[in-house]
Amino acid sequence: MKTLPEPVEDVVVKLLRLANTKLPADIGWALEAAAGWETGEIACTQLGAIMENVKKAEHLGLPMCQDTGIPVFYVKGRFDSSIAGKIAAGVERATKIVPLRPNTVDPLTRENQGSNLGQGMPLIHYIPTEDDFTEISVLPKGAGSENMTRLGMLNPADGIEGVKRFVVDSVLDAGGRPCPPSIVGVGIGGTSDRCVEMAKEALLSPLDSENSDPVLSKLEEELFIALNSSGLGPMGLGGATTVLGVKARKAACHTASLPVAVNIGCWATRRASARITSDGVVYSQGAEI
Amino acid sequence: MKPLRAPLSEADARALKLGETVYVYGNVITGRDEMHVRALKLSEEGADVPKDIEESVLFHCGPIMVQRDDGSWSVVAAGPTTSARMNKLEPEMIRRFRIRAIIGKGGMSEEVSAAMKEVGCVYLAATGGAAISMAEGLKRCTGVEWLDLGMAEAMWRFDAERLGPLIVAMDSEGNSLYEKVRRSLVRTP
Ligand code: SF4
Repeated sequence: MKTLPEPVEDVVVKLLRLANTKLPADIGWALEAAAGWETGEIACTQLGAIMENVKKAEHLGLPMCQDTGIPVFYVKGRFDSSIAGKIAAGVERATKIVPLRPNTVDPLTRENQGSNLGQGMPLIHYIPTEDDFTEISVLPKGAGSENMTRLGMLNPADGIEGVKRFVVDSVLDAGGRPCPPSIVGVGIGGTSDRCVEMAKEALLSPLDSENSDPVLSKLEEELFIALNSSGLGPMGLGGATTVLGVKARKAACHTASLPVAVNIGCWATRRASARITSDGVVYSQGAEI
Repeated sequence: MKPLRAPLSEADARALKLGETVYVYGNVITGRDEMHVRALKLSEEGADVPKDIEESVLFHCGPIMVQRDDGSWSVVAAGPTTSARMNKLEPEMIRRFRIRAIIGKGGMSEEVSAAMKEVGCVYLAATGGAAISMAEGLKRCTGVEWLDLGMAEAMWRFDAERLGPLIVAMDSEGNSLYEKVRRSLVRTP
């Protein structure tokens, strides 16, 4: 979708509406493929219910899941410091008109302002580049899957086998709680904080894109097979579809460290991006960062 | 695919078999963490608790609701929330209010299963995230309690029609489909 130039606040409202009401095409295809190979009766019921729900949400223009999450933003390209306020205004408006569930609360008093704003929110990651566009991506993250996030500071000697075990254990121990079939984001290396960030960023990669790093690409495939052979299945009720995809990223780390992070995206992994240039805005649901 | 009419009797709940698919019709209430805390606290203090919590079908759900101009509410999206968060509160809740069915996602603990067995209650697994389909099943909002807890945490009342599909994932004999799946998980590598 392409529009004429529009204010950032309006772009953010559109992004939140798009992400919440329309499942990215690549995830839809993965669900259809899964329904094709799945044989268990309960598993097929779950996949059928998910696909029907996705269709209805898109048709009605309503959020596909009631947990419209905490919106996590990534801003790439050229921008100035005023963008934070514009994004916040967009979040507040989208909460009212999409509508989104007001999820954001004070961590201790649990007080809810009703706007999905609050101290430090919305969360925005900045990636300045020399490009002459501004690209805003949003990843609304529900709590069911976010609560399953794990960071492991492994021993370097644990190696890639240790990484695989950590990922498999994290996904299987989460069971049905993150609404499988899920998409597994894996961060390897960096510092502890960077590692957790990478695991989430990986969820922005479309399922049909190939990892340019051959080692990570092989790891993703092995984990995909291992997890789908586990028997956990849709909603943890048994079956051959535990994950729709595995996406991994890495960064250099300390010689004495091997950080691994897992961020699980539910079947409703919602994402949308807008590339803003001087002649308009182009919306998509598969822009990587 | 079995239609299930709420309120359920103990015998209705005990008749449900593990793995069965059902659809719920009739009275359904919602409740998450805060609703559990409040219902138990009030009941302990001997204060009034809404009558319809007794023998209810309790849906672990924080819906998105909109208020119409005439003050009535309609439901926009209403999928199940993670039931495990209520693990500590639910055994007491089931015993005190003789809850007959819990609708949620992800399953619950052995302690909850024990209370379900004792009282005659089942756990019905809804498809996580299927919020629009579930909202359609919650045909009519018939009231709300404790709205001061926030939209997600309030206790909403609904008249359901064909709410589902729901899978009997924990029966009233102490069996759990989640446990069965967990025990046979294959961990490679
Ligand atoms: S885990 Fe995802 S699909 Fe499930 S309830 Fe949460 S946001 Fe919705």
